[in-house]
Amino acid sequence: MSQRDDSDKGNSLLNPTRRQALAMAIIGAAGTLLPLGRASQSFAAMAAPPSGQVIIGLSQEPTVFNPHMPHIEVDDGIHWNVFDPLFGISPSGEFVPALATEVPTVANGGISADGLQWKVKLRSDAKWHDGRPFTAEDVKYTLELIVSPNFRSGRRAGHDLLRDITVVSPTEIHWRMEKSYAPYASILSSTFMVPKHILSVAADVNTAPFNNAPIGTGPFKWGTRVAGDHIQLKANPDYHGTQPQIDSVIFKYIPDLTVLYTQFKTGDIDVTAMQGITPDHYEEAKDLAGRTVVILPVATIESVTLNMERPQFKDPVVRQALYMAIDKKTIIDELYFGLVLPTETYMPQQSAYYNPNLPKQSFNIEAASKLLDDAGWKPGAGGIREKGGVRLSFTNSTTAGNQIREQAQQFIQQTWLAIGVEMNISNLPPAVMWGEYWVQSKFDSVIVGNNFLTGADPDTRDYFGSQSTNAKGGAGQNNSQYVNAKVDELLAQGAAIQDVAQRKAVYVQVQDLIRQDLPILPLFQYTYVRGYKSGLKGFTGNINLRIEPWNVNTWSWT
Amino acid sequence: MPNYILNRLGQSAVVLVLVSLIGFMVLNLAPGGPMSQFALNPGMSQAELDRIAEQLGLKRPLLVQYIDWFSHLFVGDWGHSFRDGRPVLSVIAGHLPATLLLMGTSTLLSIVIGTWVGVLGAVRRYSVFDTLATVGAMVALSIPTFWFGLVAIFFFSLHLGWLPAGNMYTIGDQSLGDYAIHLVLPVLVLALVNVAIWSRYMRSATLDVIDQDFVRTARAKGVPYRRVLTHHVIRNALLPMITLAGLQIPTILGGALVTETVFTWPGMGRLFLDSLGYSDYPVIMGILMFSAVLVLLGNLLADLLIGVADPRVRLA
Repeated sequence: MSQRDDSDKGNSLLNPTRRQALAMAIIGAAGTLLPLGRASQSFAAMAAPPSGQVIIGLSQEPTVFNPHMPHIEVDDGIHWNVFDPLFGISPSGEFVPALATEVPTVANGGISADGLQWKVKLRSDAKWHDGRPFTAEDVKYTLELIVSPNFRSGRRAGHDLLRDITVVSPTEIHWRMEKSYAPYASILSSTFMVPKHILSVAADVNTAPFNNAPIGTGPFKWGTRVAGDHIQLKANPDYHGTQPQIDSVIFKYIPDLTVLYTQFKTGDIDVTAMQGITPDHYEEAKDLAGRTVVILPVATIESVTLNMERPQFKDPVVRQALYMAIDKKTIIDELYFGLVLPTETYMPQQSAYYNPNLPKQSFNIEAASKLLDDAGWKPGAGGIREKGGVRLSFTNSTTAGNQIREQAQQFIQQTWLAIGVEMNISNLPPAVMWGEYWVQSKFDSVIVGNNFLTGADPDTRDYFGSQSTNAKGGAGQNNSQYVNAKVDELLAQGAAIQDVAQRKAVYVQVQDLIRQDLPILPLFQYTYVRGYKSGLKGFTGNINLRIEPWNVNTWSWT
Repeated sequence: MPNYILNRLGQSAVVLVLVSLIGFMVLNLAPGGPMSQFALNPGMSQAELDRIAEQLGLKRPLLVQYIDWFSHLFVGDWGHSFRDGRPVLSVIAGHLPATLLLMGTSTLLSIVIGTWVGVLGAVRRYSVFDTLATVGAMVALSIPTFWFGLVAIFFFSLHLGWLPAGNMYTIGDQSLGDYAIHLVLPVLVLALVNVAIWSRYMRSATLDVIDQDFVRTARAKGVPYRRVLTHHVIRNALLPMITLAGLQIPTILGGALVTETVFTWPGMGRLFLDSLGYSDYPVIMGILMFSAVLVLLGNLLADLLIGVADPRVRLA
């Protein structure tokens, strides 16, 4: 009948004394009240410790773990889990605070009205995976590292406009922009913070051991890597945001898509990330027991991109006729099994800046032929139209080995022949295709999938601005060498405005002009077919990002 | 003998230098390069690509790059991968054990089974067994490994659920049994083709020996048939096989690309393909040199072994 001693460590949790029971009740009550004190969407869940494992299958291998070195899409999957940006972006396009306590805007004074002065307030409770606290010094270090001349940086655009980066306190940082640049918020939303205390003491950041064992502030810590096979990340119990519920995340590399699908069927992998399930397997995949297959819209637009400096494409009538003679519906329904979205523009349909009122293309061989006849393009040798010494004969290239694209090419070649246009197919391996051939505008026309936006930001000066053509001495991705003074003016305007509604008006006009000029003939907006085991909750696509495993800390097994 | 070995090593060195030179030139003169994978990245421009290429040392004159790379080979610095920055030797060493396990097991199995099938076929020429073995070998040689691998996975993994659908091990459970069960299917697929090849060679070699005078003499003397086979026929038939086995060494460590892709096996073959896809020059050159060294060593070893095994052969 004696009271169990409080110091008895045995079954104290299961068989508490009255004092212990009271203490636990108070703690439990306090725990339920805690989330109400936080304003942001992320709160520390007083849940069970993370457990279990999820295996994500990828058809490319992540190899670059320093988020600021040149890397490809698949590396983003690791970065989003090991690191945090100042603020992230939700699927609906809103910025969500991560390491910053609130998203800097003109309304809350984080950005000055002229867009030049930035003041960012940071969390005080974020910690690096090695236990050291995250401070504004790390932000300053990161932003300066990106533009540092000796660092092999993947992307400097936008960051090179920063001046006078000042650490006001461990939780506040100010800087000045050289000029107002609205897309910078979008760029920042995928700029991950790296630790100053580790990288600033490395002999050479480019070859630091950090690059193969990264330390971030993210929901998952670096575990192990078996090169060529898989990477394992472990849950970070001290994460400042939503606690991960799964303890171990495996990124498994499976190079062949058929094998990826097979392992998805047998259950060897739990989730298919890029490049997912091919359209021809969709019918079978969606009926698999215990599996959920989703179609996620992506911001990538497939188009026939024309080299505007070629004599064949100088006449706008030719471009219109070419567009009219593409049977988009058949391509989408037959080759892509109806899984991709028809579109008239480079802007994804889910974007807040999408223009839904663009003229709809309809496939009409007779009308296209008539257009060309009326403009003076008469059939010449071999039935191919010509005018003023220019023959409507040119090449079209895409990456060799992409079978569906090659089929689409052949189909377009066929319908174009019907209007007297000769298109010669010349496909190249990716390494050659995206080399000088693309970057220096040496092609006639290509079929390519581009994401024209900067994250969720509608600024497309990189693709449509006349200063962005490498072949003409500019810098950017305007490889179609498109020039339109009005578009240049509108794009400059749009990039300086901060207000969404005002910006929309500008970009709607840009879409009108692009649709009129047709430097690109839009074919469709991509969708990805992704699958996961039905017991997994939390898997959501995010059209503003390039990868699916962006929110693994919200995934759980039922 | 030592003179012979020195001589051969000297020749090998010359060949290696030539191989490295040709490989380096072809790699760098081919269009495209390690920058293409970044060309479609957001915010990328020619200026940025040039900067990154410069920082990787790719803008230096080719001869300078070659001499720099080659001179570092001797001190064990084979360069760093363009992709993850790790030393090339670590990258190769990381993938070797997987390849060794797969190829070693399948080669051993195929030699043992192939020898047995080949000898039996030769001894019982034109019997049912021999005809079946011949036809079987032709079929096995004609089957593409890719197709056969996928069919095997479909049957044994998807349908019957007896064997895993690929991978080297289950992450988290790396017991001996786990490795063994993952090894079954890929070894089966690889061994099938190799058994076919070995059995044909062995059959042909055995037939050459079985008609020799000394075999007939041994039979005539009354030596038991068993002993004639093992002691006279097989021993002599194995001699050409030693050369073949020596030539197999580079394959054992070079990996089987198709099988490794189908069975998601992280080996050397896949490393090579991945590096080619991303134009990871240092790793490609590293693997090239590694394979060249193996081929030369394999040949040397085979020749030396023949010299030891066959008293009729006198090495110069």
